[in-house]
Amino acid sequence: MAGQHKSEFSNPLINWIDTRLPIFTMMQQEYGSFPTPKNFNYFWNFGALAMVVMMIMIATGIFLAMNYQPNSELAFGSVQHIMRDVNYGWLIRYVHQNGGSMFFIVTYIHIFRGMYYGSYKSPRELLWMIGVVILLIMMATAFMGYVLPWGQMSYWGATVITNLFSAFPIVGKGIVTWLWGGFSVDSPTLNRFFSLHYLLPFVLVGVVFLHVAALHVVGSNNPLGIDVKSPQDTLPFHPYYTVKDSVGLCVFFIVYAVLVFFAPNFLGDANNFIPANPLQTPADIVPEWYLLPYYAILRSVPNKLLGVCMMFGSIFVLFVLPWLDTSPVRSARFRPIYRQIIWVWVVSFVILGYCGMNKPEGIYVILSRVATLYYFLHFLVILPILGKLERPLPLPESISRPVTGGGGPLPSGATAKPMGKA
Amino acid sequence: MMRALRQLLAAALLVGAAAAPAWAQEAPRPSAQRWSFDGPFGSFDLAAAQRGFQVYSEVCSLCHSMQYLHYRDLEGIGLTDDQIKAIAAAVTVPQGVDDQGSPKEGPATPASQFRSPFPNEQAARAAQNGALPPDLSLIVNAREGHADYIYAILTGYADPPPSMQMQDGMNYNKMFPGHQIAMPPPLQDGRVTYADGTPATVEQMAHDVVTFLTWAANPEMVQRKQIGWRWVLFFLIMTGLTYAVKRKVWADVH
Repeated sequence: MAGQHKSEFSNPLINWIDTRLPIFTMMQQEYGSFPTPKNFNYFWNFGALAMVVMMIMIATGIFLAMNYQPNSELAFGSVQHIMRDVNYGWLIRYVHQNGGSMFFIVTYIHIFRGMYYGSYKSPRELLWMIGVVILLIMMATAFMGYVLPWGQMSYWGATVITNLFSAFPIVGKGIVTWLWGGFSVDSPTLNRFFSLHYLLPFVLVGVVFLHVAALHVVGSNNPLGIDVKSPQDTLPFHPYYTVKDSVGLCVFFIVYAVLVFFAPNFLGDANNFIPANPLQTPADIVPEWYLLPYYAILRSVPNKLLGVCMMFGSIFVLFVLPWLDTSPVRSARFRPIYRQIIWVWVVSFVILGYCGMNKPEGIYVILSRVATLYYFLHFLVILPILGKLERPLPLPESISRPVTGGGGPLPSGATAKPMGKA
Repeated sequence: MMRALRQLLAAALLVGAAAAPAWAQEAPRPSAQRWSFDGPFGSFDLAAAQRGFQVYSEVCSLCHSMQYLHYRDLEGIGLTDDQIKAIAAAVTVPQGVDDQGSPKEGPATPASQFRSPFPNEQAARAAQNGALPPDLSLIVNAREGHADYIYAILTGYADPPPSMQMQDGMNYNKMFPGHQIAMPPPLQDGRVTYADGTPATVEQMAHDVVTFLTWAANPEMVQRKQIGWRWVLFFLIMTGLTYAVKRKVWADVH
């Protein structure tokens, strides 16, 4: 049988399929025996968690779409129909609504993990950049999803955000009218947002596939940030990391459940329980919590066009992060200064989020400007210079032979090697 | 809930001290009441909710609609099928058009939506000095402060301070932002007569109707919390078991 794959599976049916389409061999290689650094900490759970939330979001979303009406006259009522009349509709909706928040929580931690341990550095630049594309698609999807219930904050949030495009000279107004499908946010806008909100998650699945594919080519980073040097440094993904991810998943399900079952509207806005009213603007228009930092950056700049550029720039700067960080050392563990200033950046991001939920007046203007300045300073000035100035700590020889003693006895294979020659 | 989040973050960032007075000035903070539905174990006091439904029917429903509720939903506050049928049958609701194309009315059934006091927004405004009484289906969720806030509004009427110039047709309310509210004081002592003999004070009626309105906005709450406990307990055990398995699997790795 020339050209056919030689399958090692003994089950005749699986063998028959695998010989013709080696998906079982692929799964075995990529998730079964896949060599994974042995020193992951629990920060490495969050990629898998994000994957799980994505699947939950798609599953619940499909059922919501069966009962939702993307029409400005019917949308708000159809959500109430789901909440009150559809069997377990409230459960499906609250899981989906809070799933958005959980998706961003785990993704933000996942991104922070990448920043702290230098996962974006060579050879993982493209893997990182695909990740930034994932973040952008998530934001677009979440924004359009928030419009669908057609409450006051849905409507006015959509108005504010789509209006941002009017900042661009000459073409701006035309773009906004084109986005709206009319001369204000109305049924055509809602209808197309629904269509895109259904489409984008599947685009997301495709990009996530590329993210995972790229990961499986270059391999995972690890808390030490050094390359895998020998088989002693790795473990097969299954069962070691399937079980470790399962522990994280159980904890994640508890946190998620507390939100869904005991405080389903904690992260929401009371105004979104009022049907959209184009004639009445809420006192304060705020986006969902996960977009607040970018909203604060937008509002911290007095010029609208510049503000819009800064807001998009705050994400786009992540694309070039692999080249802005000039340090050859990946993990913050061995970068005494970086491991401190990364936290200053985190604080500036949290302050931006806090400013985003308050009106841009008084102290919040100053606070958000300082934080915005630091946000960009960190990427554009501090990281390029720090890489040249900072004296990193000595790196361990290999993952299975950390430079700072401790740990268990060395695996038999490693002891044979002389020090300093890994 | 955004306010709760704000407080949380304010405390975390230690800038709360500087920021807190700014919000405090907007409107007085409603004081926290004790509610049967508070906390992760809370459920609705059904007697209070039923009395609250009576207050809604006899007082609030003269001006306020509850368009997302149906009479059948009243099962959720412990009414029997026969009681619900009787309540619905006593209400006249629009029933489409007759053979001649003229609008038709008839007695409601358990499947009918709650009757709205006005046929449309214009009619409601015309009857209310231009103000629109909001739909009450979701009112508890739709206001910052939730149940405490609605209670505070219902019990917050008073004589305006002498320095205050009231606009025509407006009423003074301690809790309302700006203190001028179009709704006249809806509750007076003895406004309804409770069948169970509970004295119908303003506070009692306000408490009962807020319990009813909280149920109306979150009818799934009790079932939600019950499922939540089972889910959380199950995954606490699963976390322990999975962690034990993890330890065992990893035991030979150094």
